[in-house]
Amino acid sequence: MSTPSLGIVETQIATVFDRSDPLRMRSGATLAPVEVAYETYGELNAQRSNAVCICHALTGDAHAAGLHAGDDRPGWWDNMIGPGKPIDTDVWFVVASNILGGCQGTTGPSSIDPETGEPYALDFPLLDMADFVEVHRGLARHLGIERFAAVVGGSLGGMQVLQWSLTHPEEMGSALIFAASSRLTAQNIAFSAVGRQAIMRDSGFNEGKFLTRGTTPAKGLSVARMMAHITYLSEEAFQEKFGRSAQAGELSPNFGIDFAVESYLEHQGQRFLSRFDPLSYLYLTRVMDYFDPFADEHALDALVASPVRFLVVSFDTDWRFATEHSRRIVRHLEGARLPTSFREIHSSWGHDSFLLEIEQYHETVRAFLDRAAEDLA
Amino acid sequence: MTQRFRADLAIIADLIPEGSRVLDLGCGNGDLLQLLTQKGCTGTGVDLDPGNVLECLRRGVNVIELDLDTQLGEFADDSYDFVVLSRTLQTVYKPRGVLAEMGRIALHSLVSMPNFAHWQNRLRLLRGRMPMSKDLPFDWYDTPNLHHSSIPDLEPLFASLDMVIDRRIPLDADGHRHRAGNLGSNLLASSALYVLHARR
Repeated sequence: MSTPSLGIVETQIATVFDRSDPLRMRSGATLAPVEVAYETYGELNAQRSNAVCICHALTGDAHAAGLHAGDDRPGWWDNMIGPGKPIDTDVWFVVASNILGGCQGTTGPSSIDPETGEPYALDFPLLDMADFVEVHRGLARHLGIERFAAVVGGSLGGMQVLQWSLTHPEEMGSALIFAASSRLTAQNIAFSAVGRQAIMRDSGFNEGKFLTRGTTPAKGLSVARMMAHITYLSEEAFQEKFGRSAQAGELSPNFGIDFAVESYLEHQGQRFLSRFDPLSYLYLTRVMDYFDPFADEHALDALVASPVRFLVVSFDTDWRFATEHSRRIVRHLEGARLPTSFREIHSSWGHDSFLLEIEQYHETVRAFLDRAAEDLA
Repeated sequence: MTQRFRADLAIIADLIPEGSRVLDLGCGNGDLLQLLTQKGCTGTGVDLDPGNVLECLRRGVNVIELDLDTQLGEFADDSYDFVVLSRTLQTVYKPRGVLAEMGRIALHSLVSMPNFAHWQNRLRLLRGRMPMSKDLPFDWYDTPNLHHSSIPDLEPLFASLDMVIDRRIPLDADGHRHRAGNLGSNLLASSALYVLHARR
């Protein structure tokens, strides 16, 4: 395994929209101020041409690589980003930001509504994939970047990359989309729906006003996370990790936590409580449910006029967004004669594979980006 | 491996008009598509070998990893000007199915295939051994080649799929045009390259 090689990094905050220039959202609502949490790694070159933007997945954050001071866990994509790694910070200036509606430094439903002085809660406007992109673009302007050499993301991150490429293709050279979808299936939506219901039916939810009423839908949020986590791993991965082994040496039948896998899910659910906001979970999962960019027959017009090079990658045991989801994206892009490459990577680990150091996957990203770096020169 | 086939790829590249959109099935390391970019062509390679796919990506050749036998349905009708299948037809499970898909994806196809009836192969068979040559460099138990055909065996297959032979170019073992041309090609040609168009 690779070690964190970027050293100590720090999350920064930028205000990218304010009252005089609010964020105009797809729904028609406006939002101000909008703050964005972000990190950068590597150096922007004199031509400002070597920037790469990282879009994170559902519960990710701006801390993609390196270490925070006093912490021993590196950023969520440290195996991918760093000196000599596939997204090589000796070559690229990497920007990773936290998503709009998130809860880790970027404005979201738990932020204070300047109109009321209280958290927005469910008065926060509903979000669209395009709103995420507008905020990423706002950050790019703030950093003086007119065009990214590449925009990269997995899962919900990949969906942001796709949206961005469709609406503002002139702002990127390449688009790298991993384990993502252009349209959720009924099963995908069903899983999201149950997660949201677990949160909203928790007695601590209080119509979303739990922050001001001193309660929290912790049980619901942890159940949502436990269930989602099942979809992130493959059956094979669960079997390999836990099998049917007992948590405490031997099974002693009861309704508590007896199997090791139950203990693992409990741990995942609990850990999530300390780092994620139930409202963000509702808002962000809902964006994915409604995302369906190719439903618009003119979706590809801008992209065809200003082509982007695509790399689409899926993983063969991913059942959250199975390979068919990626193939669908590829059919649309390749069918529009856009320069498109696609690989299905073998991995035992299911959807979460895009976060792991899998040789063929990393070599694929490396080969594609090495070429992009050459084209830059 | 493709190094040996450079001559044959150059002939294929010559046959494809400037600015064409080309789908190269079994594209190897992307040599042909890279050669074709010099003619202003665009296109996509298809391959399943991880090393080949990585090399294509490294060279800036678009490549889609999929199985020729089952997944050519991913490509839309008439979405390319030319489909190339160079020395790959003998390795697919269902040559008929693959050729039918090619005719659907593009009006024009270029197909090359080793000629198992080449005189050297016949000699080897007469000596009681299975053919091995520059074109067929494999032991019988360790070969990707699932189908063996001669030139007269191959051509009725094209006809049965409404693929019209515009040109047949016999090649020698080095992939150059055979000096004898079409004269005695089933005996002399090591492989043959066909320019086809689909009757619509």
